[in-house]
Amino acid sequence: MKVPVGITVNGRRYQRDVEPRQLLVHFIRDLGGVTGTKIGCDTSQCGACTVLLDGVAIRSCTCLAVQVDGSAVTTIEGLAPPGKLHPLQEAFWNKHGLQCGFCTPGMILASHELLRQNPTPSDAEIRHGLEGNMCRCTGYQNIVRAVREASITMGGKQP
Amino acid sequence: MSSRIFGSGIRRREDPRLITGTALYTDDLTLPAMVHAAMLRSPHAYARITRIDVSRAKAAPGVLAAYTAADIDALKPVPCAWLLPNANLKIAGYPCMARDTVRYVGDIVAVVVAETAYQAYDALDLLEVDYDALPAVTDPKAAAQPGAPQLHADIPNNEAFHWVVAGGDIDAAFKNAEVIVKERIVQQRLIPNAMEPRAALAQWSGASGELTLWNTTQNPHILRYLTSVVTGVPEDKLRVVAPEVGGGFGSKIAAYPADFITCFCAMTLNRPVKWNETRSENYQATTHGRDHIQEVELAAKKDGTILGLRAEIWAGMGAYLSTAAPGIPTILHGLMLSGVYNLPAVKEHVHGVYTNATPVEAYRGAGRPEATFMIERMMDKLASTIGMDPVDLRLKNMIPRFENGHTVITGLTYDSGDYPAGLKKILDHVKYKELRKEQADARKKGRYIGIGVASYVEICGLGPSQVAGAIGFQGGLWESAIVRVHPTGKVHVFIGASPHGQGEETTFAQLVASEIGVDTNDVKVFHGDTDVTPMGWGTYGSRTTAVGGAALILATRKVKEKAKVIAAHLLEASVEDMDYADGRFFVKGSPDKAKTIQEVALMAHLSWNMPKDVESGLEASMFYDPPNFTYPFGSHVAVVEVDPETGQIDLKRYVALDDCGPQINPVIVEGQVHGGVVQGLGQALWEEAVYDENGQLVTGSMLDYALPRADTLCDIEVISTVTPSPHHPLGLKGVGEAGTIASTVTMYSAVMDGLAPLGVQPLRMPMTAERVWRAIQEGKAQRAEGKAQKA
Repeated sequence: MKVPVGITVNGRRYQRDVEPRQLLVHFIRDLGGVTGTKIGCDTSQCGACTVLLDGVAIRSCTCLAVQVDGSAVTTIEGLAPPGKLHPLQEAFWNKHGLQCGFCTPGMILASHELLRQNPTPSDAEIRHGLEGNMCRCTGYQNIVRAVREASITMGGKQP
Repeated sequence: MSSRIFGSGIRRREDPRLITGTALYTDDLTLPAMVHAAMLRSPHAYARITRIDVSRAKAAPGVLAAYTAADIDALKPVPCAWLLPNANLKIAGYPCMARDTVRYVGDIVAVVVAETAYQAYDALDLLEVDYDALPAVTDPKAAAQPGAPQLHADIPNNEAFHWVVAGGDIDAAFKNAEVIVKERIVQQRLIPNAMEPRAALAQWSGASGELTLWNTTQNPHILRYLTSVVTGVPEDKLRVVAPEVGGGFGSKIAAYPADFITCFCAMTLNRPVKWNETRSENYQATTHGRDHIQEVELAAKKDGTILGLRAEIWAGMGAYLSTAAPGIPTILHGLMLSGVYNLPAVKEHVHGVYTNATPVEAYRGAGRPEATFMIERMMDKLASTIGMDPVDLRLKNMIPRFENGHTVITGLTYDSGDYPAGLKKILDHVKYKELRKEQADARKKGRYIGIGVASYVEICGLGPSQVAGAIGFQGGLWESAIVRVHPTGKVHVFIGASPHGQGEETTFAQLVASEIGVDTNDVKVFHGDTDVTPMGWGTYGSRTTAVGGAALILATRKVKEKAKVIAAHLLEASVEDMDYADGRFFVKGSPDKAKTIQEVALMAHLSWNMPKDVESGLEASMFYDPPNFTYPFGSHVAVVEVDPETGQIDLKRYVALDDCGPQINPVIVEGQVHGGVVQGLGQALWEEAVYDENGQLVTGSMLDYALPRADTLCDIEVISTVTPSPHHPLGLKGVGEAGTIASTVTMYSAVMDGLAPLGVQPLRMPMTAERVWRAIQEGKAQRAEGKAQKA
């Protein structure tokens, strides 16, 4: 049995018939060419699959596509207009906030959520805000620096 | 300007694709007609398979095939590639799929291939397998005892090898000892947890007999070689591609059964087949690290002079010997036991032991953290036993500065080092004496501050090929590079190593840019595709810069020499009269009479006016076999506060001093140290692979296995000294593993120092709050008992 869903991904609406059990992360990754959202653990522990659902960060590996019928999803590919970088992306680059890059899409979108809720976080608040996103390469320190820089370049405003 | 590119912390060139989500990892690849494989893995640690029925799975929607061991006879066993000599090495057959016996939870029993991944996983549930469970053993020392469950019929006491390192007169050392300190140390089993799970995508072209394997590997050329051995596809018809790879830490070195099974499925079904492991599979079946039980004794004089180190080690190997496994607890561990000290005698027995657990492989540091922990922990214990400051004890025994070779008792010749200078610098940086005062003041107020100090030297830049052969490594350990300058002066670099997060697309571009004066952005570095890049031995053992970087710089110098000859010809000067600076070749004394590297590149390609006997084009290749390993070193300091009521450890300060020689890009070096330190702290404080008495992996998910998180860490201060390697063309040593090698024991030292007044016995890692709290309670009880006895 398949059911119709319509989900807007990065500004473009996709109408698909999906199995009710299909995970949102598979819906997105199977669209073709939108594979920036990563699957790190399948169990909502690592945060690599974080996307924005109507502007709010969620874990797309534990969310069914049918649950978000009619919603708008932003993935790492849609965070900034084509050819441009979001201040968070720029800051991760400037501060060496990534090494292998696998956790990075989820980390950037979790940081987006952190700054949405608290546009001027302290380092301790950044560390607390990102405790649900795993990174094995950086030891997190340069990620904290990156989020701090993004907060400053955005003038303490919400992203 | 160009000469300053070396040493500059420029932004990474690989990052734009990574921060925009456009980088392609193995699981991001899709091929026409691609189908999906899923592996059925053993739920038992040790069992006989009495029946397998795949018929229901085969009939399930979308399923193309279901194979068991009986179907995949075409696949040879998985080879072990480190044939440790003089160690009575016994290699157990390592089949790609278990035929009648499973030996660890995660052993593959069957594979299903279906049109979609969902269908493949649905069909796994329809496979029927009956098992007769057997008693299992996962503790390496227990497995080595007579009467323990026997994993492989022809390998008594599960002993995979027995290796000994000996130097000096160890019996005399212990006979003459005034003090002997002993300890049993458990280097618990760890799960590497690269954020990208492993994956394979295989495409078979039946008409030409060509196989392409995209794989999450750290060493595509080794994998091509081993895939050829296992599948029978000749090496010239095999292409292995490591696309973007999301971290490895050693766990992506090995050749794995699942990858070969994926190849088999593609070849048999004539469809591209993708297999992507789940995180649960990663925990069960991707290689683990460490797993040593160490019984150690250090002999010394009362004044702190160390005389000898004696140890017996049981190293858990898991159910089979993974690709490089035998070399890790032996060559990379036992030969490093002298550490940074003048150790007159050493003897260590290492028992490699088969257990009903996931195979163990290199894991960041690979043998050196286990060696560093041993010697540094024993130094701490000796210091407290004889009442000496642990820093003074270290300085008393440290090898003094040397610039070109120092041979230690294990037989290794360290390349260069200044261990006392590094230790003194970090002690000045943290104001060690003041720290000790603060600690004493805090204790008066009932607060338990701990200060940990450890020094290390590590062996990396693996390594001279002749040595590789002598120690049984079934490969060379040179590296290769091709530098190709195009007509416009843009440069393509092809390397045999295979970075997967370390940033060599940037640092290697910096090397080339610094040498021939082109812009860093004009250098593109290719790696990870056996059809494109020259043969190389891969990225592990902190060897990419130390060996591959040397190959690259020498290839670039060849290009530069040729460019100079062409420039001299074009300027009608003799080569001897030519000089070079900042991308320009000019006649000595007349800097205006010059040709840029771009002008030379164009003329080399047009070839209208070349010097006699000089080939067209501007390209060079280099195969570089290092004359020795490199030996980075350093000292770390940790400051913690232990809460005696809860056992909670508060990490207050961490400082790392590392000497990896000159730094191409200090920002990238700092990032390597951050990540390395945190992985080592993970072992000290949180991480452990736990098996229950039946051999079930209890810590089988990220919910149960405690990885370091952003909110559990403090900032790490990174400082350095610079001692060039005498044998590397640029003096570079490597830094990928340094942080991990030092940080576990530094943290351990800090916690034990903080707990010292509480009479606590050595803790077992990870030092969780519960373990610390229990140790404090036991310490209290023992002290109370002692007082009662006195009374």
